Amino acid sequence: MAIEVTDRDSASITDAIRVSVPDKGLRQDLRAVSIVWRRELIRFRTDRLRAVTSLVQPVLFLFVLGTGLSSLAGKGLPPGISFRTFIYPGVLAMSVLFTAMFSAASIVWDREFGFLREMLVAPVSRWALVLGKCLGGTTVATFQGLIILALAGVAHVPYDPILFLTVIGELLLLSFTITAFGVMMAARIKQIQAFMAVTQMLLMPLFFLSGALYPLNGLPVWLTVLTRFDPLTYVVSPMRQAVFDHLSVSPVATALLDPGVTWAGWTVPVGLCLGIVAVMGTAMLGIAIAEFQKTE
Amino acid sequence: MSEPVVQVKGLVKRYGEVEAVRGIDFEVEPGETFGFLGPNGAGKSTTIKILCTLANPTSGSARVAGFDVVKQRDTVRRNIGLVFQDPTLDSYLTGEQNLRFHADLYGVPRAQLAPRMKQVLEMVNLWDRRESVVGTYSGGMKRRLEIARGLLHAPRVLFLDEPTVGLDPQTRSSIWEYINDLKQREDITIFLTTHYMDEAENCDRIAIIDHGKIVAIDTPEQLKASVGKDRVQISTADDQAAIKELHERFDLDAAIHEGLVTFNVASGELFVPRLFAELSQPIKSVSVARPSLDDVFMSYTGRTIRDSEATGGDRNRAQMMAFRRGR
Repeated sequence: MAIEVTDRDSASITDAIRVSVPDKGLRQDLRAVSIVWRRELIRFRTDRLRAVTSLVQPVLFLFVLGTGLSSLAGKGLPPGISFRTFIYPGVLAMSVLFTAMFSAASIVWDREFGFLREMLVAPVSRWALVLGKCLGGTTVATFQGLIILALAGVAHVPYDPILFLTVIGELLLLSFTITAFGVMMAARIKQIQAFMAVTQMLLMPLFFLSGALYPLNGLPVWLTVLTRFDPLTYVVSPMRQAVFDHLSVSPVATALLDPGVTWAGWTVPVGLCLGIVAVMGTAMLGIAIAEFQKTE
Repeated sequence: MSEPVVQVKGLVKRYGEVEAVRGIDFEVEPGETFGFLGPNGAGKSTTIKILCTLANPTSGSARVAGFDVVKQRDTVRRNIGLVFQDPTLDSYLTGEQNLRFHADLYGVPRAQLAPRMKQVLEMVNLWDRRESVVGTYSGGMKRRLEIARGLLHAPRVLFLDEPTVGLDPQTRSSIWEYINDLKQREDITIFLTTHYMDEAENCDRIAIIDHGKIVAIDTPEQLKASVGKDRVQISTADDQAAIKELHERFDLDAAIHEGLVTFNVASGELFVPRLFAELSQPIKSVSVARPSLDDVFMSYTGRTIRDSEATGGDRNRAQMMAFRRGR
C-alpha cells in the first residue's frame, strides 16, 4: 500500500506536488542507513578542526615518544629495528580509537541538540539508524587511520600494497568495533560531559594494555592477564604481525618483538584474533540497537 | 472525509507518580486546525508525544490518520509531520541538507524530491537561504525550516508543539501567517498546542486542557459565547455612586478595574442604551468588550492562564524530571 497525499481538492489547492511515501521496507531502511552514514561524512568533511585535533595525539606518540624513547628502548631492540617502527601499529590503532569514539559521541550531541529526535521519529527501523551511525564512525575513523598510514615511511615501514590492504582491513574492523562500543554507551549515557569522562577513563587503559608500546611476552602475570582481556590487543598484534612480515627481520627478533597473542602458551591465530574483535563489535552493535529500540 | 483524522479515547499517561494526562477523549476532523490550549505542564506536550508515537499511553487508545499509535507506529509516522517545541535541526548542515536527510528517512521518492523541496522552501521563504548552514539562521528561520521539513513528505496531519514559543512577537505573527497560508495550499489537518490565548484564536476548534483533563472543547466563538457575558467599562463623574446605583437599580456587581467601573453583562451592546437612559450619573466614556479566551479559560478553570503558569511551575518541573528519567 502506498500512501498518496495529493491534490484531492485540486480546485482549492494551487500547486501541490504529488508526494507518495512508500511503505516501510528493507529498501527504505537501507536508504536510511545510507543517509545517516553520509551525514557523518559531511560533518567530518566540514569539521576540519576535529580531524586535525584527533591527529595530534598519534603524531605526538609517533614522533615525540617514538624518537625520545628510542635512545633508551633502542638498546633492547635488535639492530635495524627502530622503536618508532615497533610502536607504529599501536599508533595506527590509537588514531582510529579516538576518532571512532568521537563519532559515537555525536549521538550524545544529537540528543542534546534535538536532532536525535528527528531520527527517532522517522518511519524507519532503529537498526538502520544505529547501523548507519556505526558505519559512518567506521569510515571516518579509518580515514583518520589512513593519514597515519601515509606516514609509514617515517616509521621505516615499506609502502607495500599487500601490507596496506591488510592494515586497512584491520583498521576498518577496529573502527567498527570501537564505534559500536561508543554507540552502545551513548544509548545509556545521556550527558556529553559524562560521556567524555567515561571515554577518557576507558580509552587510555585500553591503549596502554594493548601491547601498543611494549611486546606481549615476558610480562608479569597480572599484566599478561590484563593485556589478554583488552580487545585492542587482538588488533594491535595482527597489525604488528603484518608490518613485521614486510620487514627483513631475523626470526629471533620477530619472536622477541612480535610474539603474537598467547593464551597459556598457545598462540592465538590471527584469524581468531580478528574474529574475536568482529564478534565483540557485532554483539555491541546488537546491544546498541536493542537499547535504541525502546519507547518511553 | 467523515472519519476523524485524530481519535482519542480514555487516554492516560503516568510518569511514575505524576499523572500527566488523566483520561481524555476527543476527535479532530480532516482539514481542521485544532488547538490544545493550556498552561505549561497541563499535559499538552505529553498528549502530542503519544499522538506522534514518541511515548506509549499508560492506558486508553489513540488513532491518527486512521492508524493506531501503538500497534501501527510506523504507518502513523509516515502520515504525520512534526515540529517540536525544541529545535531538532542539524545546525552544521545546510537547510537543504537537513531536508534531504528528512526526505531519505521518510522515503520521499527522488523524482518528487526536488520540486517538493522547492515548494516547501518557497512556502516558508527560505528558498534563497537553502545553501546556508542552519547555524547561521535566526530563531524564526529555524522554526520555518522545521515547518517546511515537517511538510516535506506531505503528511496528513501536521503536529506543531508550541510552534511560536521563544520567538519575538513579530516573528510569532509571521509564523502564523505561514501556518494560515499553508491551509490554503495543502490538504492538511493541523494539530497544535499553545499557551498563548491570542494564537488559539487562529484555530477552528480548541480544547482547553488543565491538570491533564479537557475542561472544554469547541470553536473559539462558541467558547466565548458560552461565557455569555460581555465586559463593560465606564467612567462617570462619581464612580462610587455609579457602582452603588448599578447594584441597586440593575443588580450588577461592579468594581473599579484599571481605573474604570467594570462589570459583566449579557449582550453589552443592548445594555448600553439603557445605561445612558437610566443611570443618574453622567457617563464620560463607555467601552464594551466581547469575552476573550482569557475569560473562557478563567470561567472553566477559575484561574487565568498566567496564574496557572505561576503556580503550575513546580508541577511542571516534576513532570520534566520524570520525563528526563524516562527518556
